[in-house]
This record gives sequence, C-alpha cells and structure tokens, in this order.
Amino acid sequence: MSAGATRFPAIVAEVTEINNLIKTFRFVREDGAEVPPFSGGSHIVVEMDDDGTRRLNPYSLMSDPADTGGYSISVRREDGGRGGSRFMHTRVKPGMTMTISYPVNLFPIDGRAKKHLLLAGGIGITPFMAHMAQLSERNQIFELHYGAASRAVGQFGDRLRKHYGDRIHLYYDDEGTMMDLPSLLRGQPAGTHLYVCGPKGMINAVMKIAREAGWPRGALHSEEFLAPPVGLPFEVELANSGKTVQVGAAQSLLEAIEAAGVNAPYLCRGGACGQCECEVAAVDGEIEHNDHWLTPEEKASNSKIMPCVSRFKGQRLVLNL
Amino acid sequence: MKMTTTKFEPSITTRPVYGILEPQQGSAHLMIADGEGAGAILDLFARAGQQGIDLRPSTHLIYVTAANGTDLSDELSRLGVAKFYHGPTLAAAMSRITKALTDASMGLQIYLAGTESLIGVAQSEAMKAGFPHDGMQTEHRGSLARRVQCVHCKGITENVKTDPYVCSHCGLSLYVRDHYSRRIAAFQGVNIDAEDPGQVPDMVEKFT
Amino acid sequence: MGIQFNDETFHKDYTYRNSPAGIKRFPFPFPEDDYMYSVNIEPHVPGREGSVFEHTFDVDEHYVSEMRDRARVLADDPLRCQSLPHMTLAGWDLLELIMESKARDYPDMFQLTKNGDRWHWVNKPLGIDDTFTFLDETTLPYGPMEYITRQAQGDFTLQDQRDDNLWIEAGMVTSQADWSLDFDIGMSFHEWHAPVPLAGGMGIFDRALKFLLKLQYGAPVRRFNWTMTVDPLLDTSPENYHKWGPSKATLTPDTVGRRQHLRVELQTLYRLPRSNAIVFPIRCYLISFQDLVTVPKWGRRLHRVLQTLPEELAEYKGFARNRQMLTDWLAQYDDGSPTSPGWWAD
Repeated sequence: MSAGATRFPAIVAEVTEINNLIKTFRFVREDGAEVPPFSGGSHIVVEMDDDGTRRLNPYSLMSDPADTGGYSISVRREDGGRGGSRFMHTRVKPGMTMTISYPVNLFPIDGRAKKHLLLAGGIGITPFMAHMAQLSERNQIFELHYGAASRAVGQFGDRLRKHYGDRIHLYYDDEGTMMDLPSLLRGQPAGTHLYVCGPKGMINAVMKIAREAGWPRGALHSEEFLAPPVGLPFEVELANSGKTVQVGAAQSLLEAIEAAGVNAPYLCRGGACGQCECEVAAVDGEIEHNDHWLTPEEKASNSKIMPCVSRFKGQRLVLNL
Repeated sequence: MKMTTTKFEPSITTRPVYGILEPQQGSAHLMIADGEGAGAILDLFARAGQQGIDLRPSTHLIYVTAANGTDLSDELSRLGVAKFYHGPTLAAAMSRITKALTDASMGLQIYLAGTESLIGVAQSEAMKAGFPHDGMQTEHRGSLARRVQCVHCKGITENVKTDPYVCSHCGLSLYVRDHYSRRIAAFQGVNIDAEDPGQVPDMVEKFT
Repeated sequence: MGIQFNDETFHKDYTYRNSPAGIKRFPFPFPEDDYMYSVNIEPHVPGREGSVFEHTFDVDEHYVSEMRDRARVLADDPLRCQSLPHMTLAGWDLLELIMESKARDYPDMFQLTKNGDRWHWVNKPLGIDDTFTFLDETTLPYGPMEYITRQAQGDFTLQDQRDDNLWIEAGMVTSQADWSLDFDIGMSFHEWHAPVPLAGGMGIFDRALKFLLKLQYGAPVRRFNWTMTVDPLLDTSPENYHKWGPSKATLTPDTVGRRQHLRVELQTLYRLPRSNAIVFPIRCYLISFQDLVTVPKWGRRLHRVLQTLPEELAEYKGFARNRQMLTDWLAQYDDGSPTSPGWWAD
C-alpha cells in the first residue's frame, strides 16, 4: 500500500490575503473535474518543492464540504517555523500547479450529539468553518466561541457572524473580551459535545476545566496539528533498507527518510493519526517524542517513534524501516 | 478501573464489566440503584466522607426494591441526600429517571448500582439522553439473573436464572449467549432445538 | 440488455439456479487446497472481464429475483433495515456511490442525470424512474440507504467512526450468515465480532480495525468469506433460525449435490466522503455442490479444504453435523491430482 492519501495535481486558483499573518488559498483540479466532497474536520496534505526540500504539510479544509468546485485552506505564517508556511506565503501564486491529497478526517463531529459546542482559538477556526457549513446544512444545533488576538487578526469572525448570526460568539484579546469557560461549560444541556481547536495552551485549559466540571471524556474532542519542530541535526540508521540518513535542523525525520528514497507510511504528518508509527530497533540517547499518538508508557520505553514530528538527541538511533 | 466485587466467568468482549463506585467531580450526582445496590451507594458515601467530599447537597438518589425483594430503602433514606425516591420497581421509576437525565447538564455524574438489569436499563436510558456509556460509574451487587431478548420474537424476559429458558413471550426454548447489547440492555437468547425440534436439554440454574 | 434475469425463488420451492455462464463466473474463494482464517484484504480495483470483480457493484442474472426476495423479507420483518438517526448522511453517501457506479458500469440498465440537486434515476430492470432532491429525505419513498439498497444485491452495513473505533449504526441485512442487525446495531468493532471464535486470539481484529480506521476515500478494499447453506436460502438469519434450522437435519447423501450450497461473501469496504463513515457491502453468491463440481479443480479443492478445516471453524460456520457427509460426497470428485494455484477455473 502506498504512503499517504491519493494525491492529484491542482491549480492554485486564488490567493487571498486575510491580514498580514494569514492567507487563504483555493485549489481546483488541474483536469477541470470536480473534487470529492468531504466531511467537516478533514485536512489535505499540500506538497511543496522548497528549493529541493520536499515538504508535505497538512492543512484543515475550511471550504463548504459540499462545494466540489475546489478546496480552500488558510495558512498562518510562522516565521520561527521550518519554512512551510513561509513558502506558502511568499512563493505560492495564483496559476501555479501543486500536488494535494484527498481529504482525510481526524477531527470529525459526533453525529449523535444533541448540540455541538465549538471552541476555536486563532487559526484553529478553519476546521470549524467546514463543520458549521455541514452542521447548518443538516439542521443541527451548534454554537461557536472564537477567540483571536485582535479584530484585525480574527477577520473570519465578522464573516461568520454575518452568516450564522448569534450562534457566533467572538472574543478579542486586545479588546479585553475573554471566554468565560467555567460558566460556559456549566450550563450545557445533556447530549452536548465539545470540540476545541487552537493553540496547545487553549486546548489544555479547556480540557482541564471541562474535566473539573464533570464532562465525560467521550463528549470532549480536540485537534491540534503539530508542526514538526525545528531542532538539532541528527543521524538515523534504517535497518531494513540499510541506509544511514542525516536529518537536518529544519527537516523532520519523516522528510529525511523520504528524501533518502525510503517509502514510509504516513497520513496526517502532524503526530495525531498514528499511521507513521515506527519500531525502534536500537537506541543510545534520548528520543524527543512530540506526538499525541503514543501512550506515555510507549514513549518511556523508547520502543516506538513517530517520525513525522519526533526527533532524537544522542549517539545512535536505528529504526526498522 | 478497580475490580468488581462480583466474580464473573471469563467471557467474550460484549459481556459487560463493572467496577466500584468512586466519588466524581461534577455539578450534580444522579444515583440509581436496586436491592443490594444500596450497599454500593452506602460505601460510595463512606468513601466520599473519607475523602472530605460531601455529595449529599447535589445528589438525586433513585432506589427501587429488587426483583428478589431486597429493600434497603430505610438505610438510604437516612443518608440525607437532596432528593431521595424509593419505588417498588424499576419500571415504575422509569419516567422519573428519564426526566432526571433529560433535564441534566453535561456536568452530571451518573452512578448505577445493583443488578445487571438495572445497570443496563439505566445506562441505555442515559445514552439516549446523550451521556457516553463509558462515562458512568457502575457496580454490580445482588442477583446475577439476566435480562434476555429472544432473537426470534424480540420479547425481553426479565430475571432469567436458567439456561436454557423458555421465552415468556413466544414460548420457544432458548439458550443464553454471552453476546450483550447495550442499546437493548439485554443478552441474546437463541432457539436451542431449532435443528432438532423437541430435543431440549435440561434447564440448569446458572444465573443466581 | 446484456443480462438475462432469472425468475427464481430463494425460499419454499427454491427454484434458484446458476446458468452455465453463472457457474463459470462464480467467485470460488479458495486460492489453495487448505484454508485458514485470515484477513486477506486486497484493493477493490476492477478485475478480469466477465468476473464478479469487473465492476464496482456486480449485477448478475439473480438481480431481479434477489430484490424481490429482499422485499419479501422486509415485509415480514422491517427490523432488518435500520439506520440510527445520525447515519442519514452516510445513507446519502451510499446512494450516490451506488447510483454513480451502476450508471457508469451498466449504462444500458441504469441512468443517473443530475440537474444541480435534482437527480433523475432510472433503474430499468426493476422498472424504477424517480426524480428526487439529493440530501432531502422528504423526496424519496424510503430513507436514502433503504431506497438504494432495495435496488442493490447483497447486505450493507454503515459504520460511524469516532473515538478510534467503528460503530455499526445502520444496515440493510436480509441475506446474512446468521447474525442479527437488530441486536448488533450500535456496537463497536470488537463487540459485533465478539462471537467469532479465533485461532489467533483477538489480535487479528485489532489489526483489522487499525487498518480500517485509516481506510481512505477512493481506495476501497475487498476480501472473501464463506460458509455453507442447505438449500439456496439467502435469509439465514438468527431471527428465523427456528424455521430454517431443521433443513440441516434433513440433508441426505442423495440430496447433497442438489441441496448443499457453498455460500461465498464478497465483502468490500469504502470510505464515504460526506459522512466519513465506512460502508461494508456483503455480497452473497450461492452455488450448489452439483454445479460446483462441474469445474474439476473446484471439486477437488473443496474436498481438500473441508477435510483439513479445523473443527471449531466447521462448528462456527454451522455445518459440523454434516461435515462428514459433505466430505464423503465430494471425495468422488477428487482423484488426487494436483490443483493449479489461484481460484480461477482452469
């Protein structure tokens, strides 16, 4: 089985600057055909050729899932990152051909919910834009609480407000409006499911307050895509293919393995889905586990690694690949 | 999860497993119990007391007499919980349970104690109201008699103690599979003499 | 039309028959002379012309009669078709998948015309000509899953995906190998498989679940399963077990060839786009022993498979009581000569 979801060539139909940090990109099929519909919460993987470095970054789809004319994503520029978001912001222009994947969903709604409570922070708003289009089409009850640094950065807010009315609640740091999570989570009726997407600190805070308020785990859902962190260069041996691979500072272990011509499985490339899980044959040093997939016990045992986001510091790392 | 107080034979995945009631953090507490399940509720309050937690002001306790006649309502009534109801049967208490669940908010903690039948039926009702099945505290106490659905006529027979048993609705002789449906809150009964009509083994008392 | 549809029954007088061409294309499920339970999953891509793999959804000479049998079973027991409320969208996904596949693969029999959300569907073999609004349940005579699966051979189940598990929460099940949708609906992957006895422990289901959770849109897969049925009865349900169970006891050496059937399930799995659910079509093919042995390789091989099968599997598949009789009958068609690899007829 080949790695990742099916990929296809797509033309960049539009690039829209939302503000100085966020740009929206719309992709249409190169062959003019329709793209498959998708479910809210799905992401696609966008392939970039960054001067010889091949990057595959996941981005949540924000367009209406029923719109088969094309797919839209939004990318926030991370100047301290590895370069993927910078590439999207500075190099991607309308008319360019890129390779994108079919959608994969790691952040679905629970369709049994009697009410959906959506909590977004910053760029974490994007999967909810697709969710809300689908929920409102299916006449489901939902409520969005969206926090951003400022009205200028949170421009999607006004657009959503216009479309969905008072189901949208907006909070801006610089205006001093904040979500009152304890009281928000206290009064939710039986059958409510909570979804949160945003920075790690926000997700942790929401989960903590929800658990303290007595919410069952099964009604709590979150998505946090991890960008593979920048780190120190290191070396890895691949036992099955007999190769030794150098992993650069701004390169993920998975990217380095792929660049060496080894076909490794993957799906989300963000430490969430578990598809790239890899056995460690030998280790002398410390694995920096950055994923959400392995259990604390697995991480402590150093017997497995998620090459999409995790790194290594030490003398020797051998993988069964 | 802590081990249950009741010993069960090794079984297949669908056979429910139970734990021991532990006090939980939450905005309100709904406890539903029958018969010997009262013991689990009393232990729960004792445990909460040791931990310095006072559940009483936010507890709604619904207790029914078990099918075997066990009634410990006097002891429960002395707990001093905010709302206490004692009823003759689970069936009589159902509309009260449904209302408590649908009126609740997501911080509600649910504790179920007693027979499998009570735990299963209350759990199924809570799921319908929108509470995930694995978010509830359950503790088995008392009779092991089963609630079994006849796969043929769909009739449910309560308090099945023998295997095989006779379906109280259609009269077929059924053997009791460990296969269990949370939605129906029942084990599955299948005709035992389908291939050789009339050849029914002796009933053995298995679930007591 | 390219297919001559049989007028036949799957109950009472059992007039079900395979034509010579039907025998030739039968999906014989044993690639080797012995059998062990395995996941054996492969991509569901179009296969050899004329075979049951040629198209996404195979339509064969039994289509019209099978749909009549389904309607009969549903009239008797409507609980064979159920969809929990949140599965309606997955039902629309399935309707779209089947309509688009059939219209593409069999344009002389099925036609789909879309004018925005207004869809016009023509099913010539069943005499259906309907116009409806896609995603609007009020414009169809049944829910979307029931509507389309009354027009598609095989059973169908829809699995919702959440909490890293699959939940069987809708289905059309009238030709099942002895399991109850009404009882199992709402169960997780391991729960609905719990009654299957296992040679290798539950590890096989852990791996299968892990694989299915990552099943991707546009990349369906397939596998075979099989069992034995006395008389060509599609509805071997637990609900009616007390009615069909006695047939096993009345099988005799003289009637094995005519009454004993090999029952093969072609199981496929698709990720559905709008709902993120997985659909599991289970297509049942039946062949009598007397027809099966007209392909010498199959007769020899089935004899060897039944001889070497572990007893617990014969028990689970429900033919342990007749196993010896079946093996004895097949022995006359096994001269001991070698069989070629793979399942295709020589």
